[in-house]
Amino acid sequence: MNQRGYGAVWLVILAIAAGMAFVPDCRAAGGPPGVGGVLPEFVLPPPQRMEEVQYLGLKEKVSFKIPETRAEVVIVEIFSMYCPFCQKEAPAVNQLYQIIANRADLKDKVKIIGIGAGNSQFEVNAFRDLYRIAFPLFPDTDFSVHKLLGEVRTPYFIVIRIKPDKTHSVIYSQVGAIGDPGQFLEKILSKPAPGKGV
Amino acid sequence: MKKTMTSRVVALVACCALLGLTSSALGLSEQFQGRIFQGGKLKPVDSQPKLKVGDKAPDFTLPSLSGEPVSLHQFLGKKNVVISFVPAAWTPVCSEQWPGYNIVKGLFEAADATIIGITTDNIATLYAWTEQMGGVWFPVLSDFWPHGEVAGKYGVLRSGGVSERALFIIDKQGIVRYIDIHDINERPNLETLIGELQKVK
Repeated sequence: MNQRGYGAVWLVILAIAAGMAFVPDCRAAGGPPGVGGVLPEFVLPPPQRMEEVQYLGLKEKVSFKIPETRAEVVIVEIFSMYCPFCQKEAPAVNQLYQIIANRADLKDKVKIIGIGAGNSQFEVNAFRDLYRIAFPLFPDTDFSVHKLLGEVRTPYFIVIRIKPDKTHSVIYSQVGAIGDPGQFLEKILSKPAPGKGV
Repeated sequence: MKKTMTSRVVALVACCALLGLTSSALGLSEQFQGRIFQGGKLKPVDSQPKLKVGDKAPDFTLPSLSGEPVSLHQFLGKKNVVISFVPAAWTPVCSEQWPGYNIVKGLFEAADATIIGITTDNIATLYAWTEQMGGVWFPVLSDFWPHGEVAGKYGVLRSGGVSERALFIIDKQGIVRYIDIHDINERPNLETLIGELQKVK
């Protein structure tokens, strides 16, 4: 191949490489809602147990949207029973739940919800039973909610703050382990609130 | 020079493939990030079935991760067996299917069953991969050599040398009671498997 030939090949390679640099990662297409943004519109199926209905402040076992939860802050965990990292993280999230439950100033205001990406009700229940998870978990069998949330890796945590008028904002978002649950809680509660604080 | 150019083009094509085929909604665990090969959507099934429900399950002996060979016949009269063939280590669906089974040991035990996990990977690869999962409670067997021999006997060896994503339930008498040669791109439903296992119990 002559000099000009090599030049042409490199031009093509560079053009493809430049193009690739601007191709968004499929997972990030749309992406998870960022801080300051809002959750996409989706409805979760009715909670299975009455204590979950009460925890979420619903009137009965009905489908609902997360911002309809009777809470000021909702921590949403996207998980999967098939994800080893989520399995490992389950005790830490349980501990987070317990810290909140033990604090009179927070227990009615800060709630946790788990959404099982690609998990059926049976699979979500298996995860709940094994790790004795007290907060409500919901199936997302066909990945539809997961897709709306930007096909995040798991576990993924999105925290929203709900205003009295039921509008909400995302105040925190992260992939992977939460670390020390107490510190995680303090961190999310210290995030600037768009409205009334906890 | 020609060889160098060829390898660059191959590398580039591989890069494009990796960037372009990351839309699978499986293999999501953060634990595996950057370690899973995204092979894209594959032909759902690429083999000819050889067994049917009611057949005697072909016996086999394969090396296992523990170092001890494991045979199907050693479970005869003792345990129902779920053979879980998965296509390959370090691929999206497989890297979550077994971790899922790993946390529901109780559901299998309740049906007086064990799982035998089989791939056509070699032992070293299976070791690294299952360590990344944090280990599994059931035996993991390598059908690497003679390559895919057991997968072939069960009619689940694909043309590329990997097995199908397939589940077989073998009862204590060694009879095949359930076969699911699944779409390789999808994870079998756990509830269906456990339901079938309970019928065998």
